[in-house]
Amino acid sequence: MAAHKLHFSVLLTLSWRNLWRNHRRTGIMLGAIAVGVWAMIFMTALMRGMVDDMLSQGIRNLPGHIQIQHPDFLDDPSVANSIAVPGAEFEALLQRLESKRWTTRIRVPAVIASERETRGINLIGIEPAAEDDVSGLPALLSEGRFFESPLDGGVIIGAKLAERLETRLGKRVVVMSQDPDNNIRERGFRIVGIYRARLPGLEEFNVYAARDTLQRLLRIEGRVSQIIVVGEDYREIEPLYRQLRQQAPPDLQVRAWYEIDTYLAAMFNMMDGFVLVWVIIIFLALSFGLVNTLVMAIFERVREIGLIQALGMRPALILYQILMESTLLLLIGLGLGNGLALATIIPLQDGLDISVVAEGMAMMGASSMLYPKLTASDLLLANSVVILLGVLTSILPAWRAAKLDPVRALNST
Amino acid sequence: MSAIHCHQLCKTFRQGDEIITGLDHVDITIEGGEFVCLSGPSGSGKTTLLNAIGGLDTPDSGEIRMGDLRIDQLERGALADMRLHHIGFVFQAYNLIPVLSARENVEFVMQVQGVAAAERARKARAILAEVGLEGLEDRRPAQLSGGQQQRVAVARAIVSQPDLVLADEPTANLDSVAAAHLMGLFASLNENHGITFVIATHDKRVMAYARRLVKMQDGKIISDEAQ
Repeated sequence: MAAHKLHFSVLLTLSWRNLWRNHRRTGIMLGAIAVGVWAMIFMTALMRGMVDDMLSQGIRNLPGHIQIQHPDFLDDPSVANSIAVPGAEFEALLQRLESKRWTTRIRVPAVIASERETRGINLIGIEPAAEDDVSGLPALLSEGRFFESPLDGGVIIGAKLAERLETRLGKRVVVMSQDPDNNIRERGFRIVGIYRARLPGLEEFNVYAARDTLQRLLRIEGRVSQIIVVGEDYREIEPLYRQLRQQAPPDLQVRAWYEIDTYLAAMFNMMDGFVLVWVIIIFLALSFGLVNTLVMAIFERVREIGLIQALGMRPALILYQILMESTLLLLIGLGLGNGLALATIIPLQDGLDISVVAEGMAMMGASSMLYPKLTASDLLLANSVVILLGVLTSILPAWRAAKLDPVRALNST
Repeated sequence: MSAIHCHQLCKTFRQGDEIITGLDHVDITIEGGEFVCLSGPSGSGKTTLLNAIGGLDTPDSGEIRMGDLRIDQLERGALADMRLHHIGFVFQAYNLIPVLSARENVEFVMQVQGVAAAERARKARAILAEVGLEGLEDRRPAQLSGGQQQRVAVARAIVSQPDLVLADEPTANLDSVAAAHLMGLFASLNENHGITFVIATHDKRVMAYARRLVKMQDGKIISDEAQ
């Protein structure tokens, strides 16, 4: 054990001093590693922020992290597949949830008609008091007001739909849908608010009314289409999801966001793989420089390696020494790269305005403000890849150094 | 030290299409405490014999024994251990590790051997003083003259009391004063510490210190005389 400590000490001394024999080369390599690591972390944080935004927007539009509904509702989202407003027992369960953010909604296909145009829409009945927590609709209003009570007689439509219907705030529209007996029900509503969605496509289809007003219109008093539950973080809803599945009434279907929208789920799952590929691509570019640096460093001291072999250093110790040199180089580069990444990400925590490409971002479902998202797992991944693959990449030059023939090495020029 | 026996050592090298004979059926025995000079012109086989005895090079055929140890049959790791614990080397040039100070160079072998730090430092300072380098312990090789560097190399070669010191043209890069100083040092270490020296040289000033002179030519020993 003591001998191993001494070996470590001598290897560390040699490695550290050899590293600084050629300041310029080491400096260039450190710069390359630092920039590479910065690119890994910074770009990953930007991508993660963008995808997180896309997912958050997508989940907000579902809406909610978990939906509880009639088992046939997803296949046939008609008023016939409604469920009872939660009873006292189930309401008590929902109240006990950690997040306590939940609401009920009515969601039916409908037709909206202005004086000039008629369009098919999703008619959504919401509880005004709870909606802000779930979809953030009040904050999206660009004109008018939000609902004042569950019996409010107005509708809120998207700016794009208003354009299509050639109508505006304060005008009346007629909304038609079917009741559970397939009778057409219709009612005139005044447009009390116009919203601008983060995803403009939604503005054309989602029309909001107060929940109780819609229950009366559709003759479904005491019934809703969905119960929407929002957890603290969409990535960590499993415990909440399990709890709801176990305790929800058996005739209701509980589904998580990733089951409802498989596209979002695929995007979420793909992101981790994408980050890994990105990190590895950058590392591959780095590895050429790293191997070149090591090969040059070894080439320059072939005689010295012959000398330490002659003095009785085992080939394995020579291998360890070169690997240690590479590890030190990588660790310093990682330190610089991480520092650089933090120094550039932290000032952007309030968001990076990318409104010049807002249209393209909107097509991808992301907003025009990009919030870099730095996660511990991404930091760990970038650092682990660099150090593990870096050391692996260094094995070949180190092994070749350890296998040098001492006589040839000593006689080399 | 156990005697070194070389029996029918042969070694050839390929240089382009040409086969060069390094050692041609060499038989030699070196007893403990001897001060042997291998002399002969360039290409006579002195360095090849030295490298074979030191386990730096493997003969094509023949045997090298140090006591019961068959040096020619050891694998690389075991050869390194044998050199570490039994043999000190002094080369013609490029003897020191440039990134280490004189003291660290001397301590290097002891450090690999696993000698504790305090003991290493004590021994290194003492031996550097003995070779006349007191006060220069913390200088890097580039800050020392050629003669001083060779003395550091000698200090490193003998600090852990090896059985055998192999020196290959140790005075080739030294002026006559430094060479005389170095050879005086070798002779004194041989006499006072009983360390066996085998020195490959074609420098007559060095041969004058030898108590046994082995002359080589074309890979063969052509004379072996006590002086």
